Amino acid sequence: MLYASGRFIAARAATTFPTPPKGRGPALRGKRRELHIPGHLESPSCDALAGQRTRPSAPLAGRVILKRGRMPPAIGGGLAGSELRPRKGRCGSQAARARGRDVVPEAATRSPKRPARSSPQLEAASRWATLAVVTFLAFATRFHQLDQPPHICWDETHFGKMGSYYINRTFFFDVHPPLGKMLIGLAGYLSGYDGTFLFQKPGDKYEHHSYMGMRGFCAFLGSWLIPFAYLIVLDLSKSFPAALLSAALLTFDTGCLTLSQYILLDPILMFFIMAAMLSMVKYNSCADRPFSAPWWFWLSLTGISLAGALGVKFVGLFIILQVGLNTISDLWHLFGDLSLSLVTVGKHLTARILCLIVLPLLLYVTIFAVHIMVLNKSGPGDGFFSSAFQARLSGNSLHNASIPEHLAYGSVITVKNLRMAIGYLHSHRHLYPEGIGARQQQVTTYLHKDYNNLWIIKKHNTNSDPIDPSVPVEFVRHGDIIRLEHKETSRNLHSHYHEAPLTRKHYQVTGYGINGTGDSNDFWRIEVVNRKLGNRIKVLRSRIRLIHLVTGCVLGSSGKILPKWGWEQLEVTCTPYLKETANSIWNVEDHINPKLPNISLDVLQPSFPEILLESHMVMIRGNNGLKPKDNEFTSKPWHWPINYQGLRFSGANDTDFRVYLLGNPVVWWLNLVSIALYLLLGSTLAIVMQRGVQLPAELEGLTQVLLRGGGQLLLGWMLHYFPFFLMGRILYFHHYFPAMLFSSMLTGILWDTLLRLCAWGLASSPLASSIHSVGILSLLLGTAYSFYLFHPLAYGMVGPLAQEPESPMSGLRWLESWDF
Amino acid sequence: MLGFLRRPLVVTADINLNLVALTGLGLLSRLWQLTYPRAVVFDEVYYGQYISFYMKRIFFLDDSGPPFGHMLLALGGYLGGFDGNFLWNRIGAEYSSNVPVWSLRLLPALAGALSVPMAYQIVLELHFSHCTAMGAALLMLIENALITQSRLVLLESLLIFFNLLAVLSYLKFFNSQTHSPFSLRWWLWLVMTGVSCSCAVGIKYMGIFTYFLVLGVAAVHAWHLIGDQTLSNVCVFCHLLARAVALLVVPVVLYLLFFYVHLMLLYRSGPHDQVMSSAFQASLEGGLARITQGQPLEVAFGSQVTLRNVFGKPLPCWLHSHQNTYPMIYENGRGSSHQQQVTCYPFKDINNWWIVKDPRRHQLEVNNPPRPVRHGDIVQLVHGMTTRLLNTHDVAAPLSPHSQEVSCYIDYNISMPAQNLWKLDIVNRESDRDTWKTILSEVRFVHVNTSVVLKLSGAHLPDWGFRQLEIVGEKQSRGHHESMVWNVEEHRYGKSQEQEERELELHLPTQVDISRNLSFMARFSELQWKMLTLKSEDSEHKYSSTPLEWVTLDTNIAYWLHPKTSAQIHLLGNIVIWASASLATVTYSLLFLWYLLCRRRRVCHLPEDAWSRWVMAGALCTGGWASNYLPFFLMERTLFLYHYLPALTFQILLLPVVLQHVSDHLCRSRLQRTVFSTLVVAWYSSACHVSTMLLPLTYGDRSLSPGELRALRLKDSWDILIRKH
Repeated sequence: MLYASGRFIAARAATTFPTPPKGRGPALRGKRRELHIPGHLESPSCDALAGQRTRPSAPLAGRVILKRGRMPPAIGGGLAGSELRPRKGRCGSQAARARGRDVVPEAATRSPKRPARSSPQLEAASRWATLAVVTFLAFATRFHQLDQPPHICWDETHFGKMGSYYINRTFFFDVHPPLGKMLIGLAGYLSGYDGTFLFQKPGDKYEHHSYMGMRGFCAFLGSWLIPFAYLIVLDLSKSFPAALLSAALLTFDTGCLTLSQYILLDPILMFFIMAAMLSMVKYNSCADRPFSAPWWFWLSLTGISLAGALGVKFVGLFIILQVGLNTISDLWHLFGDLSLSLVTVGKHLTARILCLIVLPLLLYVTIFAVHIMVLNKSGPGDGFFSSAFQARLSGNSLHNASIPEHLAYGSVITVKNLRMAIGYLHSHRHLYPEGIGARQQQVTTYLHKDYNNLWIIKKHNTNSDPIDPSVPVEFVRHGDIIRLEHKETSRNLHSHYHEAPLTRKHYQVTGYGINGTGDSNDFWRIEVVNRKLGNRIKVLRSRIRLIHLVTGCVLGSSGKILPKWGWEQLEVTCTPYLKETANSIWNVEDHINPKLPNISLDVLQPSFPEILLESHMVMIRGNNGLKPKDNEFTSKPWHWPINYQGLRFSGANDTDFRVYLLGNPVVWWLNLVSIALYLLLGSTLAIVMQRGVQLPAELEGLTQVLLRGGGQLLLGWMLHYFPFFLMGRILYFHHYFPAMLFSSMLTGILWDTLLRLCAWGLASSPLASSIHSVGILSLLLGTAYSFYLFHPLAYGMVGPLAQEPESPMSGLRWLESWDF
Repeated sequence: MLGFLRRPLVVTADINLNLVALTGLGLLSRLWQLTYPRAVVFDEVYYGQYISFYMKRIFFLDDSGPPFGHMLLALGGYLGGFDGNFLWNRIGAEYSSNVPVWSLRLLPALAGALSVPMAYQIVLELHFSHCTAMGAALLMLIENALITQSRLVLLESLLIFFNLLAVLSYLKFFNSQTHSPFSLRWWLWLVMTGVSCSCAVGIKYMGIFTYFLVLGVAAVHAWHLIGDQTLSNVCVFCHLLARAVALLVVPVVLYLLFFYVHLMLLYRSGPHDQVMSSAFQASLEGGLARITQGQPLEVAFGSQVTLRNVFGKPLPCWLHSHQNTYPMIYENGRGSSHQQQVTCYPFKDINNWWIVKDPRRHQLEVNNPPRPVRHGDIVQLVHGMTTRLLNTHDVAAPLSPHSQEVSCYIDYNISMPAQNLWKLDIVNRESDRDTWKTILSEVRFVHVNTSVVLKLSGAHLPDWGFRQLEIVGEKQSRGHHESMVWNVEEHRYGKSQEQEERELELHLPTQVDISRNLSFMARFSELQWKMLTLKSEDSEHKYSSTPLEWVTLDTNIAYWLHPKTSAQIHLLGNIVIWASASLATVTYSLLFLWYLLCRRRRVCHLPEDAWSRWVMAGALCTGGWASNYLPFFLMERTLFLYHYLPALTFQILLLPVVLQHVSDHLCRSRLQRTVFSTLVVAWYSSACHVSTMLLPLTYGDRSLSPGELRALRLKDSWDILIRKH
């Protein structure tokens, strides 16, 4: 009991000496370790990772620790926690209690379920064996029938397509950061997929195209979630049954299984989230050996995983937030530890800044650099980006292009809004419908390149043919009054005092006139932002505003999507509010004028930081643009934890091969109950402790596991769930799965602790010894059986729909809203 | 017995002259020339309408906030004897003689005036000196934006008043906690906290930020209380219970009470009825109630009904059909069934009438006695004017190709048989044998052959459909949505057997009398839900601004301009106060962080009591500022400078607190302290100077020359109106 006596000294030191002795004596070690994680004795796998290294200082202590490590309610854990709490001067009494308790080792033997007291080697072996079994089961379930169905399922159509874009190196636009799709593309590339499959719509057969590489990659990452969960819970609770239960919940959840089997971003995202969580937990348990190799390893691995999570989806921000909060509290404890010099604290701070901020940031930027380097061909995403950006894409009309530099009368131009993802000023032969302003030709903005984006600049008062070579070139200057004629339809850009179709307080913009002859409402004053009168107007670089002469309003795009009659293009208005926003500033992109000399556009190439900034702006705008419409069914965040409605991955009719993303209801409802129970139990215990009630050593240990370990998981669940209530964008059921991982882990810890508490409460009765093992076992078997019942959801089913009484699944349609 | 007579009766009055003076000054500054300008100023045009509605007892729906604030303003109108007859149509319109301008503006002005002494009290209760408290109150007194906002029929000053009252009451309660818990005073202030929080929330939803702040502080204190081991468990429980009742139950009850009074007052139907459900409308006098009065309750086979969509978005509308058919080929080349159109029509029309028919019989009139339709019954719906049956089949709908087309069946004698049986599904049924009731029952029509549900898709049909709304058959498996739910609005038992007779009958009003009452909770929840979900179109406004512009006062709002002269009222803050208040917030945060770190390393020399005062002041003032300001960054609606005023008041409270702290704890020598005090005095004089300079724009009582106006434009971004002569 060398360790215990070490603590004893520590406790006394804390009570008697105002400042603990400097140096790294055993006392200090004991104290430092308490400062972090409660039940946190030693992480066996952390040790294992360090290569079973023997610590020359205290080999004996190591072994003792290992033995205690497997007993969560052990006295050590409880003690650590009680001393730990930095609360109002009650430390003295706690320490005194601790001293009294430390010499009562028999408390440990009363704990209900104890693994056999075998040698540590055997112990470690069995641990590894369990981990191996858990991992094997995870892989087996995920890879089983992976090739079914051999057609596109649900969002595979997007992400598979984007993987192909990487293989073909065509530029595209997506609202998520690129890492996930890059990895999918890489997996496809390595497994021999040539990027030729079109991924047009769900249900298309893959035929000879090799898709298994991409699915296999996603399933591979998805399988790791389970061993990760196992290790996280093991580390947080030090309880083998809890870890096993969490792993079983995830293995046997049909939702996690389905989501891991297809070419989607979610398995990749969840992999990084769990990896970040695991390495954070591991590094927390290495906290007693700061700056050691494993400590650095886990810390930097946390950073790397964070970069990965953020690189796949912006949802990765939530795990970053969690790690950030953990780091802040960690640093706060270190800072309050007066035995550490400020220099040491500074070193800690620097290490974290390096590993958790600088490293992920570098990686994240690298991902984008690779993304931009790989995609160098023009593709479907061009129009979302600024003119300068497009100039770098080969195949784009701006790439290596040379166009006249200064705008002249008679030039044919395209005009692009400066705000990202608004597009080009556009008109077409359709009229505004009856009742919406004047019934004249529509003017919109359009994101794609099109002949209808071309306009001719003309003088306001003459209609002379500008192509006529006898007329001298006359440049357009800042402040000139011009007319913009739509090239295809020969109508002038026009505005008048009618309200705009969507933005009521703005004026309508139309195409008006016949063959270029209109009225005075067609006159616009062209102004360059921040420029003096009389200057020429440059292509691409001049930021221009068009001011309507008669009404004094400014041409702009509201960014709102027109209804069907406007082909869902964006509304163009003339705004009477003269505030300078990007919506009302334009630049000239294409410029055709045979009478002028061309210049090369290479000078325009944006720098990398500009590209990075621009792609983020476009992504954020894209995300905000995904708004649900009225009268449309949308998944609401409150639907998710109750497993209200699933998602059809494949097939709808009774002859189809149907896959339905739905959580295993037994698992999900157990999770739901567990969160409620956890809140109840946790708050009761917290209040009891705040009241200063002296808990028995064993309970104290359990309490610490529940409050600390469970608290971290609850925080994770909340961070990955509640922000969705604030989001305006359209939401889907699968957004809940990261949160679901945390809640399953919480369930594992909760039930293990709860059963131990029951066993402790019933200590006198004969039931006590078995209640814990029976409870855990029945939970394990229950989830396994429910998986057996619900597995067709994930592995696919053919035959009548569950509404029909003859369907084998009809008895399993427990909620009306499930439609499999 | 008569012992009390032995001593003289003594009344000891303890009058804090500071407080009296501050109140007097506050009243003077806010009430001076209150009736000027005798014209509609800015948002008065908006709140005035609601006052008129209250005066006329007409129901309205305003999504901007709960009704308490509107009711307080209306109280002013009531006391002034306003009859509600004024057309609130434009800013600047002259008030007619029947509008009691003074009493309308009185309550906001009083609230603004009382905020001044309240600031003094709050700083005192935070245990800072009288001098500091005076400083806070004087700053409130001379802040131009607060003066402008209090002198008009607007809600912000009321909101600020209740915010401050909530904080003050909580502080008074908390300070009496140590020496006299459960005393009368203790209870008074505790309940007062809950009441004023509720009032603040009742005026504007924004009040909830302050409520959460107070709740948060109270929760932290309660947690300390739980940790206090000198108290018995029972005592702790009583403490917690008292707080829960006063801070959670009382506000909720009061909030409901506001709505209760609101709904009691507004019992007549009005222009906003359409948004509400039929049941709600039927509870209002006039309007739908007049039409539905005397309708039979139970829908029977043979009933003539109009069916209103419950979701009502994008427009409230009724199931409708007319002679025109779907075009043979749509614009995009798809074909249709070319059957009679079925749409949803947002106006009352003779073509909205449908007859509920028993598929097994031919008759279209009601039997005697009527056979009620129950949940699960199969019905056919016959369009009253064309006698065609509601039908759907596996043809794509015109605008929503994934759903089925709904039509009235025309027998073209081609391979398109009639599929016109619908199963009635009462959504809000209590038992499976429920009858279908007028107005009250919310029903879905499930098509028997294809099990699709009749749904309003929300899309407007093109010209061939007269821009009415599209009706589709939606697969049930896509989930439940309110746009699939319908209710019977108008209803009568059909008697006529012949079509021509029936057409005449359809034109007749309905008969018999049954009164229907909706419970208060049902009406409350519907109204509240509608208020929260009603999407007002996001309007751009010339004077709208973003939260970032507020801190530095980069924006202003022109409230009113004299029709002839250049006298004008602006919402413009005292730039010195705004800048220094923001500076104080930054100083506070930095100092707080510094002290926190020092204390953690145990090297701080700040006395314990000074620290706890410092924390408490920060929690309430900086917390108040942050909680009333930061949420605006998440909001997507149009924002104005006046949204910042509640946050600003908290910042103003913090300003003298920081100054006192600097002088007490950071100025080490006497000399430093003297220099600092001199600086503070100089700073305050400059604030006064700016304040008086801007006074003409605050009261709008003086016409200024263009030169003077230009001189007042302290920031380029301010928009001060200069007339061109």
